[in-house]
Amino acid sequence: MLEASNLECLRGERRLFSGVDFRLDSGEMLSLQGKNGSGKTSLLRMLCGLTPPANGEVRWRDQSITTLGDEFHRELCYLGHHNAIKEELTPLENIVSSARLAQEKLDEQAALEALACVGLLGREELACRYLSQGQKRRVALARLVHEKRALWILDEPYVALDASAVELVATLVGEHLRRGGLAVITTHQPVRVSAERVRELWLDTDDAAPAPF
Amino acid sequence: MLLLFRAVIGRDLRLAMRRQADVVAAMFFFIIVVSLFPLGVGPEPDQLRKLAPGVLWVAALLATMLSLPRLFADDYRDGTLEQLALAPQPLGVVVLAKVVAHWLIAGLPLVMLAPVLGIQFDLSNDALAVLTLSLLIGTPALSGIGAIGAALTLGVRGGGVLLSLLILPLYIPVLIFGAGAVDATVTGLGPQAHLSLLGALTLGGVFFAPWPTAAALRVALE
Repeated sequence: MLEASNLECLRGERRLFSGVDFRLDSGEMLSLQGKNGSGKTSLLRMLCGLTPPANGEVRWRDQSITTLGDEFHRELCYLGHHNAIKEELTPLENIVSSARLAQEKLDEQAALEALACVGLLGREELACRYLSQGQKRRVALARLVHEKRALWILDEPYVALDASAVELVATLVGEHLRRGGLAVITTHQPVRVSAERVRELWLDTDDAAPAPF
Repeated sequence: MLLLFRAVIGRDLRLAMRRQADVVAAMFFFIIVVSLFPLGVGPEPDQLRKLAPGVLWVAALLATMLSLPRLFADDYRDGTLEQLALAPQPLGVVVLAKVVAHWLIAGLPLVMLAPVLGIQFDLSNDALAVLTLSLLIGTPALSGIGAIGAALTLGVRGGGVLLSLLILPLYIPVLIFGAGAVDATVTGLGPQAHLSLLGALTLGGVFFAPWPTAAALRVALE
């Protein structure tokens, strides 16, 4: 379903990676590994269509994502380094307003359930600037609970999370894969996802043999 | 699409309500700049009447410049802009909604303050009415054109100064026809021609600017 062929990323004069190929089918997860600065985030942004690749192509359901455009975006859930939440708004307002901006139907009850799932019930009326980093990340993760999209692209989802939240994300990803979804994840921690097939992709600038995980 | 349009405006207005300091600062800037002129040039009513349209319009341009850098900067910094770019609809619609919200937050208060400030310059009732009308018609163009500059300078260090250098020259036609409308009323020519041209600038600015702005935002996000 998601296919990348011969992707190349240039940052200024430097080539971060080239010739990246992979294919991901329904129910599969790609775990993207690599050192700091090896281009993991750049690759994820290419897969989303935010950054055009210097070379190569990303295809979704056998069509280029640039020609698919909005059709592809409707099936994509991207969680970047930034949480995309507003400090001035409460977690509840954040979830409801970002769902509206993403054109997802979400009523208040469903939003509260999503917040309960990420363990923020009782904080839903508190402005997000009073929340800790981990709690803010949990607000961002609530999207994974209520949005039903086929492709998840998660950039370091575990940053700032405590052990129970890490467990929660792994469970959510596992459920998502069992429903037939796809996920592309970068992380420096082992992902304990009970998926049938977890593929690994190493991005290495110096082409050294990847150290065993 | 209309739903998205309303959602963006609603969210921006709500954020502005939670962060009133920004809105109030731009308004006070406008009031103070306008009020300094009578103190500086002396109290002769004839001179003040001549100065008034230009002073109020220039102050309105500068007050708009004050709020423009934040039009996209906050969304860019916290990642919301990425999500908006990935949302399944044209980014231009989001930009148009943000321009409208910016005008409601930064432009409309100036329009409402203008008649009160105009009294300081001993303007006649007709001239005050035309001044307010010209600002009402012209300020949306300021938000529209300004959005292009705000998007182009996104993520640039010292972007605020660069933004002024980019955008203020583009505001010249709006300034000429806006201030010209009031002058024409004072001299008895009638403001219709100036106001029509101002209206044309606003329509052009508000409805064409979102597309180059969206393109600039995509470049900034790369």
